[in-house]
Amino acid sequence: MIDYVTDPLSYPFMQRALIEVAIVGALCGLVGCFVVLRGLAFIADALAHAVFPGVVLSYMAERNILIGASVFGVLTAIGVGVLSRSRRVSEDSAIGVLFAASFAFGVVLISMQSGFRKDLGSLLFGNILGVSQQDVVITLVVGVVVAGVLLALLKEFTLVAFDTTMAKAAGYPVFALDVLLLLLVSATIVVSLQTVGNILILALIVTPPATARLLTDRLGRMMLLSALLAVTSGVVGLYISFHASTAAGATIVLTATAIFLVALVVAPNHGFISGRVQRRRGQHHVHHYHPMSEEGPASEG
Amino acid sequence: MTPRHPPHAVGDLALHDVSVAYGSLVAVSAVEAVIEPGTVVGVIGPNGSGKSTLLKAIAGVLPLHGGEVTLGGEEIGRHAAEVAFVPQREEVNWEFPVTARDVVLMGRYRTIGWLRRPGDRDRERAEQALARLGLAGMGYRHISQFSGGQQQRIFLARAMVQEPRIVLLDEPFTGVDVTNRAIFHEAIREFAAKGVTVLLATHDLEEVQSTTDAVLCLNRDMVAFGPTATTYTAETLRATFGGQLAVFAAP
Repeated sequence: MIDYVTDPLSYPFMQRALIEVAIVGALCGLVGCFVVLRGLAFIADALAHAVFPGVVLSYMAERNILIGASVFGVLTAIGVGVLSRSRRVSEDSAIGVLFAASFAFGVVLISMQSGFRKDLGSLLFGNILGVSQQDVVITLVVGVVVAGVLLALLKEFTLVAFDTTMAKAAGYPVFALDVLLLLLVSATIVVSLQTVGNILILALIVTPPATARLLTDRLGRMMLLSALLAVTSGVVGLYISFHASTAAGATIVLTATAIFLVALVVAPNHGFISGRVQRRRGQHHVHHYHPMSEEGPASEG
Repeated sequence: MTPRHPPHAVGDLALHDVSVAYGSLVAVSAVEAVIEPGTVVGVIGPNGSGKSTLLKAIAGVLPLHGGEVTLGGEEIGRHAAEVAFVPQREEVNWEFPVTARDVVLMGRYRTIGWLRRPGDRDRERAEQALARLGLAGMGYRHISQFSGGQQQRIFLARAMVQEPRIVLLDEPFTGVDVTNRAIFHEAIREFAAKGVTVLLATHDLEEVQSTTDAVLCLNRDMVAFGPTATTYTAETLRATFGGQLAVFAAP
């Protein structure tokens, strides 16, 4: 039984992979909280797709994929910030069109290479077993910086996410904070690409925080829990993939999903079971205000 | 900067030829008012008359299309930390994991400053403000677990701990019952007594006479501004509300 745990550790590539997945998990879990709480899942997905040509270009130039991905990541984060500032109704569509195109461009680029199918696979779905020591160090450094900025500005990010109107009235640079948050998300995506790849990165950013939100009503606990769950999903998923010989990135994502489903059923306040019990008792944990509730209708003119 | 209009007494909130636009559509214009500290001003007008827009422009949430807003002769943007804003319900993210105390603490953020965490004193202040508004011992609850009136009180508590010079309340009475209104009136009076200027946008005309010292009547253009006693007349209301006046009880 113990072999199940220790066996993989005798391989250096598994040691590196486990460390990498733990760092990436903690980072995605933390940053993902704000993605989930601000409803940025679509934008995070768009960012992941938009950095793809950068990944391909670095790959073709035989450079570290982080270089190209970072350049595209910064550009797209700022681009999304500007697009959402204009507050047009069509901003969603604009982001969708641009980033689908960007992704397709990346695919076309790599299809011009010979033997592209294998490369495409590892770029799209990640290659966690192939991370080098240098990759791990870069991930750690970026992770510490991103988490540091997020925690240092936690109260400002909280205020903007909860009540943008007050944040603006109180004189906070809301646009700059929004772009900074997108840059943090972008950096997180870029360093996580090797773990689960372009297509599945969204799951690591969204699923653990969504699970954590089901389990707590406090931001601090949610962030801690989310990071723990993401690390757990990463490590457990990697072990399962090692023993079952399944694709690592996808197995990690499915592990995170399994934890989410369990939380969905058993969560104390927001879960399926507690919801049924409370409905039967004729009450619900969360009192959602409605203008026609017991306090009487508002005098609408 | 030098104001283009005569300087006012220290602390006056002055709106000079203020207009606000969404793109090319001018939503509010010709607003002219000088408000002394400690005055409670009702901003009234029919739906879509620009009440909320005007409050947001004063707060710097929306840019001015023309004119200027000054506090004590200085551009109001320089006093942003002293402007408390209680937004309409729809503008707040109720699903965000914050407790009532967390929300009140947000009023302290500018005082606390960047990169610092709220301290014991800030938390103490938050608890006191909650207690002052009848929510003692409930600070640990998630914000969505309160009734509409209680939620509005939490936002008032947040405004209190900010120690503002200007408080802007955007439709504060929406969905607030009689008990909550009494607490509200008391809190607004307390602000005024401390010399804080309160502007409240409302279409609830019953509140205007009992709560305000002055009214600013708005229907895209400013219709009238003056003391409630002399300005809040059937004639002004007709000019402000036009055909919609029948909906409300005339004073």
